[in-house]
Amino acid sequence: MKIRSKEELNKLRDVLKAKAAGLAQKDNSSSIIQVKVTMSTCGIASGSRPIFDFFKEELAKRNIPAKVSQSGCMGFCYAEPTVEITIPGENPVIFGFVTNKKADEIIERFIRKGELVEGIIPQDYETVIFN
Amino acid sequence: MTSQIRIALRNCGIIDPEQIEDYIARDGYIALAKVLTELSPETTIDIIKKSGLRGRGGGGFSTGLKWEITRKVQAAQKYVVCNADEGDPGAFMDRSILEGDPHSVLEAMAINGYCTGGSKGLVYIRAEYPLAVERLKIAIKQAKEYGFLGENILGAGFNFDIEIRFGAGAFVCGEETALIHSMEGLRGEPTVKPPFPSEEGYLRKPTNVNNVETYANIPVILNKGWEWFSSIGTEKSKGTKVFALAGKINKVGLIEIPMGTTLREVIYEIGGGIQNGKEFKAAQTGGPSGGCLTKRHLDIPIDYDNLIAAGSMMGSGGLIVMDEDDCMVSIAKFYLKFTVEESCGKCSPCRIGNKRLLELLEKIVQGNGTMEDLDKLRNLSTVIKDTSLCGLGQSSPNPVLSTIENFYDEYSEHINKKKCRSGVCKALMQYLIIPDNCIGCTLCARNCPVNAITGERKQAHLIDQEKCIKCGACMEKCKFNAIIIN
Repeated sequence: MKIRSKEELNKLRDVLKAKAAGLAQKDNSSSIIQVKVTMSTCGIASGSRPIFDFFKEELAKRNIPAKVSQSGCMGFCYAEPTVEITIPGENPVIFGFVTNKKADEIIERFIRKGELVEGIIPQDYETVIFN
Repeated sequence: MTSQIRIALRNCGIIDPEQIEDYIARDGYIALAKVLTELSPETTIDIIKKSGLRGRGGGGFSTGLKWEITRKVQAAQKYVVCNADEGDPGAFMDRSILEGDPHSVLEAMAINGYCTGGSKGLVYIRAEYPLAVERLKIAIKQAKEYGFLGENILGAGFNFDIEIRFGAGAFVCGEETALIHSMEGLRGEPTVKPPFPSEEGYLRKPTNVNNVETYANIPVILNKGWEWFSSIGTEKSKGTKVFALAGKINKVGLIEIPMGTTLREVIYEIGGGIQNGKEFKAAQTGGPSGGCLTKRHLDIPIDYDNLIAAGSMMGSGGLIVMDEDDCMVSIAKFYLKFTVEESCGKCSPCRIGNKRLLELLEKIVQGNGTMEDLDKLRNLSTVIKDTSLCGLGQSSPNPVLSTIENFYDEYSEHINKKKCRSGVCKALMQYLIIPDNCIGCTLCARNCPVNAITGERKQAHLIDQEKCIKCGACMEKCKFNAIIIN
């Protein structure tokens, strides 16, 4: 699909933006649990690829509709593999040192029941992100 | 509370780097569209100049000025180059940007092409970054499909294309003239500047070379305005800087801080302090070209000029933290060894001078140094800095000078007392058996790989210092704490 003008790009941007916002909104018809697995060289080296596969396969197997995607470095190199979970209507939560066992716990307890699970990366400083 | 501000890393960890739609949803290519349809090249360059953005690759030259110089040179063909030859030990900022947000760099390169008159972009990246290369290839393909690269971009009549060029991972190829020669298929050796690449670069045509992080800042500056960008940072260093935080720190990671943040905030707040509660000794910035910051530098605001005044430099953003267990003479030796290996050999001050520096340091860590050697180190360092051809040689003695300046006591201890307080320099330490504690179990003797330990069963043993290779196996095995390091 070729974008031929600024107007076309703006239109596309608005559509994609609304779609992305819809995913994270509570009570939206398209809202869905989002799982982001850090897959930069450092993440992959610490074993994020099997974690990515685990979430993708297990969430499907356990009938939990979710969008599992890869992302670049979140900056928490010391805690790789890291996974960010966004439950619609809530703030994203980042887990560090994720193993298959931990991933299972995250699915069963955090995603299904909303319980807090150990391994959340504490944000003791503020981060401002622009786009 | 200390805060990070993510501008260059705005999309890293947020978008899927292999999906251009994710990038567009976060205002991707909007800046390019704005520039192509609303702004003249001159106005755009003016915005970049006013923003105060300086080269993030280490030199800190005004980005807008560089663009302006390239624009002003008359030529039928010009090139836009992205320097992704990240070579400092412990640095991974550029790799992370390319792996996490490749489109931001492509968009900025196209903007640069529009401003300077270049129609061809080249990303010079080391082949050792396979994932970054892969994602860059995907990004270029997607950008072409959407028409952000190619002919008549966004219907504005502007043509721009990007190709990838691979480097073999030579440190000197991060220097822009060496980088250009490497792309031309020549040996990666620097040449004297001027002419600067902006005047005569790739294939002798005007070439704008910027670093990955510098490019990643461009779209945001154009979307949010130079006033906003220049409101962040210090008087002469605007915006933010990405640092790869490594070494003896609790939270090793990739951080982006506003210029002017102090080292103390970086280490103790964002970095979570030193590992195992040890004491902070030094932070190395600028890689093999930089120097060490110490306890007395903890509270100076980090920016280009302050770091240089402190005897170090911003460099590309590697920040390696050291604690009390690190020997500063050995650290200087480590960086110098790196430079000696990476020197291209073209000019003699760098080729021979650094080798001699390394030999002097080797002599000191072996316990054979004299105080005259310290003077020799200083004098030779100054000569190398003054007479080398390119930035590599001109900055290679910095780790030596900076450690002598800040840790003179450690050098003189190595020389006069034959002592390494951190226990790193093996030649200066001895494993000894305390006869009173030794019960003669023979465990150490049986585990010594070079049979340096002798003694009768049930009697105190002795280590032959001539034979001992200081591997520490005996001390590890001893159950009675009878073996100590002197």
